[in-house]
Amino acid sequence: MTSQDSPAEAQPTTSTLPLAKAINAALRDALAADAKTLLIGEDIGKLGGVFRVTDGLQAQFGEDRVIDSPLAESGIIGTCIGMAMRGYRPVAEIQFDGFVFPAFNQITTQLAKIHNRADGAVSVPVTIRLPYGGHIGSIEHHSESPEAYFAHTAGLRIIAPSSPQDAYWMTRQAIACDDPIIILEPKRRYWLKGEVSTADPAPDAFTAQVLRSGTDATLATYGPLVPVALAAAEVAAGQGRSVEVVDVRSISPLDDETIARSAAKTQRLVVAHEAPTFGGFGAEIAARVSERAHHRLAAPVLRVGGFHMPYPPTAQEHRYLPDIDRMLEALERSFAYPSATA
Amino acid sequence: MGDVVQLLTENGELREDEVYSRYVEELDDAALRDLYRHMALERRVDAEATSLQRQGQLALWAPALGQEAAQVGTIAALKPTDRVFPTYREHAMALYRGISPEELMATFRAARHTGWDPHTYHFNNYAVVLASQTLHAAGWAMGIVQDQRTGTLDPDQPADEIVLACLGDGASSQGDAHESMVFASSYQLPLLYFIQNNHWAISVPSSTQSPAPLVRRAYGYGFTGVQVDGNDVLASYAVARHCAEQIREGSGPQLIESITYRLGAHTTADDPTKYRSAEEVEVWRAKDPIARCRSWLQAEQKADETFFEETDAEADELAAELRRAVLEMEPIDLERVFDTVYAEPHRQVEVEKAWLKDYEAGFAEEEGR
Repeated sequence: MTSQDSPAEAQPTTSTLPLAKAINAALRDALAADAKTLLIGEDIGKLGGVFRVTDGLQAQFGEDRVIDSPLAESGIIGTCIGMAMRGYRPVAEIQFDGFVFPAFNQITTQLAKIHNRADGAVSVPVTIRLPYGGHIGSIEHHSESPEAYFAHTAGLRIIAPSSPQDAYWMTRQAIACDDPIIILEPKRRYWLKGEVSTADPAPDAFTAQVLRSGTDATLATYGPLVPVALAAAEVAAGQGRSVEVVDVRSISPLDDETIARSAAKTQRLVVAHEAPTFGGFGAEIAARVSERAHHRLAAPVLRVGGFHMPYPPTAQEHRYLPDIDRMLEALERSFAYPSATA
Repeated sequence: MGDVVQLLTENGELREDEVYSRYVEELDDAALRDLYRHMALERRVDAEATSLQRQGQLALWAPALGQEAAQVGTIAALKPTDRVFPTYREHAMALYRGISPEELMATFRAARHTGWDPHTYHFNNYAVVLASQTLHAAGWAMGIVQDQRTGTLDPDQPADEIVLACLGDGASSQGDAHESMVFASSYQLPLLYFIQNNHWAISVPSSTQSPAPLVRRAYGYGFTGVQVDGNDVLASYAVARHCAEQIREGSGPQLIESITYRLGAHTTADDPTKYRSAEEVEVWRAKDPIARCRSWLQAEQKADETFFEETDAEADELAAELRRAVLEMEPIDLERVFDTVYAEPHRQVEVEKAWLKDYEAGFAEEEGR
């Protein structure tokens, strides 16, 4: 991770930015710092991306470094692999979560495996930016949470920033990382504002962070549900419950130690994500915390997530997506189990 | 898009061609003999590997029997630094580039996923997922273009590098082959598609992949294509040289459909008698690429008996080296597999690696009691 030290970097600043602008700043600084960094994706150039995350970058860095691609996701990832083999650090934008599947073969059978296949002789530092999750009121294929598919594939890293500061730094750290990495961008939070300091790095992208301390239960989540969890903890506090909120941040690798430490302290853990709970990544967290801290838990690990159905028409997504009440309900179910006596 | 280019007829006679003959005329007798030599070496390797698989020493082998001219002629037409993206059957090309029998066999003994460093030979690792490599080839070519524009080419390499993307008639049906050709055309990449149409994708005939000649697809993407007799090493060489030179001069991508035939099985796990007739195989056996080249070299007195004897002896030596390498091959350690899942440390991999070490140490202690 040397590119952060480059003299070509813009002067460090602190400003209040929407999350999408923080990613834009991260991409701009990464492009400025390293001539081998390229962006490629559908509509990312002249249009600046359908969410304007890459706004202005092609004008600044040119069509050769901010590349408008044909509408072919497998082609985007497959050519990124070839460029990475040659020493480039491509950053691909997949326009929406539901359109990553045409590239699934290249991501899982090639991108994830090439370093291992070549016995370490080849690295493919490809970053895939994947706007994900629901609550944007769009049509089918625009609101999905496919993280579990990728978490199951060794060779990939998967991170999910939840704030503008994390979005800036986790994007920078992802591009600097020598492994292939998927950034799950919480697209319903693109307009969420927060302070971004390009001088003070956020914590390591591959660690979980305790965002709110508590003593009675732990609520662990990532990406777009982090603000929901913080709000739920605030409501719970009004009801006399002290809830600790852990932002998981990294799905692969998983900082299970931080989550288990919190759960062992509070004796209760609720895990939340937008993806369906059945076969979802919350099951991995629940299993690992149970393995590490079973004897310290007063209640089973409970999960809050989507249902075992295709993402519903958005006219019904308010009943599908986890919200404050669903999180509070799960916390109540957890509190119904008596505390273990020390 | 003319007729199928052929320079050496099935009877071993040389034909004149306005465009292509000049490339063969540039070759001296030693270079012509070398084309034969590489074909003969590969055929011997192929036979040895098939026999090793039958003896249980290889997990699998994908014979290139019958496709030697297509492969040797094409690779010989490239510069050694032109990047090749092979399928899993380009054994003649791999050997031509200097990949050792041991490196080549590691995959097929299932001792390692791959046996060589692609950067050493400018020859990528074999690709088993059909057509996946054609997109990597396009990406590599995008990198060449970018390097040329930004002046960041490797000063130790020729500046006019091109890329060879290999695929077969079966892989031509894959979506990735299509997307690769779209990218190649859109960005005018220095990329040569080399389709070996060996008539059979396991049991499915090439007519099911494409009732129309595969070469026509190039024109749909906006670049040119040519069909060549893939059992004619001279035509294979000349056509690839011609395409490569045009690409180096900025023509953009081109496509070669090399008409050849898989005389052997798809792999050692296949039984071709279930889906194709002995008569059909006999027709193609009569077009054998090596016999054709040999009779021409003899008739033109470009090679004497000593040369053929020496080549046979070299081939036997190579086969013996291959056998020895296979039998002595050490499989990869699982520790090494752990260490190469990621380029940078990954918590779960480290924990699992440590766990396995402790677990296995427990057995060692029990045995020690």
